[in-house]
Amino acid sequence: MNLARSFTALNKLLNFVKITRTCVAQSHSQPALTAETYNVKRGNYSTTNASDLDTFRDIVGGNNVVTEASELQGNNVDWIKTVRGQSTVLLKPKTTAEVSKILKHCNERKLAVCPQGGNTGLVGGSVPVFDEVILSTQRMNEVISVDPFSGVTVCQAGCILEKANQDLLEHDLIVPLDLGAKGSCHLGGNISTNAGGLRLLRYGSLRGSVLGVEAVLADGTVLDCLSTLRKDNTGYDIKQLMIGSEGTLGFVTAVSILCPQKPKSVNVVFLGVDRFEDLLLLLRKARQDLGEILSAVEFVDSDCIGLVGKHLKLVNPIGDYDFYMLIETSGSNSQHDEEKLSSFVEDIITSQLAKDGTIATDFNKMQSIWKLRESVAEALTHDGYTFKYDVSLPAHVMYDMVHDTRKHLKGLYNSVVGYGHLGDGNLHLNVTCPEYNKTIASAIEPFVYEWTAKHNGSISAEHGLGFKKRNYIQYTKSKESINLMMKIKEMFDPNMILNPYKTLPDKL
Amino acid sequence: TMARVLVGVKRVIDYAVKIRVKPDKSGVVTEGVKHSMNPFDEIAVEEAIRLKEKKFATEVIAVTCGPTQSQETLRTALAMGADRGIHVEIPADDYVKTGPLQISKIFAKLAEQEKANLIILGKQAIDGDNNQTAQMTAAVLDWAQGTFASELKLEGEKLTVVREVDGGLETIDLKMPAVVSADLRLNEPRYATLPNIMKAKKKKVAKLTAKDLGVDLASSIEILEVADPPQRLAGIKVENTEELVGKLKEAGLV
Repeated sequence: MNLARSFTALNKLLNFVKITRTCVAQSHSQPALTAETYNVKRGNYSTTNASDLDTFRDIVGGNNVVTEASELQGNNVDWIKTVRGQSTVLLKPKTTAEVSKILKHCNERKLAVCPQGGNTGLVGGSVPVFDEVILSTQRMNEVISVDPFSGVTVCQAGCILEKANQDLLEHDLIVPLDLGAKGSCHLGGNISTNAGGLRLLRYGSLRGSVLGVEAVLADGTVLDCLSTLRKDNTGYDIKQLMIGSEGTLGFVTAVSILCPQKPKSVNVVFLGVDRFEDLLLLLRKARQDLGEILSAVEFVDSDCIGLVGKHLKLVNPIGDYDFYMLIETSGSNSQHDEEKLSSFVEDIITSQLAKDGTIATDFNKMQSIWKLRESVAEALTHDGYTFKYDVSLPAHVMYDMVHDTRKHLKGLYNSVVGYGHLGDGNLHLNVTCPEYNKTIASAIEPFVYEWTAKHNGSISAEHGLGFKKRNYIQYTKSKESINLMMKIKEMFDPNMILNPYKTLPDKL
Repeated sequence: TMARVLVGVKRVIDYAVKIRVKPDKSGVVTEGVKHSMNPFDEIAVEEAIRLKEKKFATEVIAVTCGPTQSQETLRTALAMGADRGIHVEIPADDYVKTGPLQISKIFAKLAEQEKANLIILGKQAIDGDNNQTAQMTAAVLDWAQGTFASELKLEGEKLTVVREVDGGLETIDLKMPAVVSADLRLNEPRYATLPNIMKAKKKKVAKLTAKDLGVDLASSIEILEVADPPQRLAGIKVENTEELVGKLKEAGLV
């Protein structure tokens, strides 16, 4: 009798283990096809045939036309593994001329094209939805010129951000942009999404630091707006349309960026507090005491620290608090900066505005502290299916959104976390759950968008609209604006071949 | 019997900085360059503090030798938990000529003065890469030595050191007093928390000169030249095997 009972118990245990393992396996294997998960219809495009492939091979060479399904797996799926396209062709041009010939052909044949850089986008904008031809910038990775006096750097769109930074180090320059995806993202993609990142606080938006853009339009026309001038008020600034239009108005092939001097002195402070309000008080004090040397102000909540500890084994250098703040300073004189920091730190500890904290004393420690913030996105991928929201909100209500989301989704989620660019008013709200299903999806959206609109925020501060958020654009932009955007799109791309199903809704 | 620990810390150019040789080849550029505590010394400080926390040591004294800026490193050691600091001030011009031999004599004299019975140093400084100071200090004092320590255990008068050697790990027992040099895997140094950084400001830092200790800084070594290693020649990328074979044939290699 006892044997039978223990045998049943053992069976139950084995089944449980099998089910758990299958669930885990599912969350790490291929996501479902976008076309099957979302309500989207394939546009009236042609399908690539043998003759098209021959033409492509003539333009870029046989080696740079990829049609093998196994090789295309990575290019059809986004970085957070939430959408999957069905492209059967990937093209790897090396020059703007090649891109021009490709697009001219695709336009004539009415073949849809999906521009792809480092494929690190977070709104499903960098991968195909159906069988769009993937046009990749991976071979367009030359730094064309660097002017060490003005800091103006011209590079091809396929330059990886981190590599560009390393190349610029020789001239004591840095790219005015930094984000967690730096090891993989391409500058062309960064410009096409008007990426924000960790140092927007100090160096401003790409709309200010990008001086010129070279792009190829849908019909193959090369649009040369690749100026290296800081000031040029001659007519309408067309390059601004290329910036942030997510590859829907043109394929960016080269950029000219104004790069700042590499700071001589960098310091990182990591602080712990118990209330979100304290973060805002610290932010204000940091602006007052460290103003001109502030280069980044970020925050994470305790759930984030828990996740990076659990999934990535990253160690928290200070005690457990509800909120953490990362302050980075960059200046030209280490003595001055250390003095400013020292008195700031003394003030906040004496007044207990910060409960605890640490100052990184060497680069190693600085990187470790930055990792705590930059790896949150990666840690979330290990926590289940992630719904990512990136919103601009008034500072004082920012974390209320996290609280309200937790209440609203009670019982449905693994984690609801809040972190982000505190200094820019930009919250990254993430919800993880065991796996994607329509119940959770419909509970989350449009709840988060309505919440944002109620506070006059932006439903996408920096990630863009891509595939996932294009149908919510009206929560932030007026009907008139959207109408105008659609007219502009029609003018630039009458056959709608550039990155279809992205950025703008099909109709209002 | 509890240990009284002396820890040596050196201010070096941060390991992540790209080193530049001065145009006159007399040395490397240090002006305006980020400096921090030698990583192995950080590990040494951490180990000393852990000994104190486990009640195997009564006091941890951090020592640094060098010009005024070396004091920054002492502050870091104090913020990590060292009880007090000693700065042996050596003016910049003399410091350039100072090496392990002079430093080891300084440490030896201080150990006697402070009645320390355990000296923990980093195995080498990342600027000099000499890996000599711990060994020389032990020799001057005629103390036992355990170098390249990846594990340390103190039981009364016996110090057990696991050493990282080429063939693997070697475990030795030392009779105190002893000198230990810390290797990478000995521990993971703690972060200095802000409250401790504040407390450190109140800890005592004594200033001495080599002359006060009766140590002669004269060196028998003179640096003639510092130069960059030869530039690595760029390779080229080829598109396919045919091109690879073609290039190899061109270069007369096949």
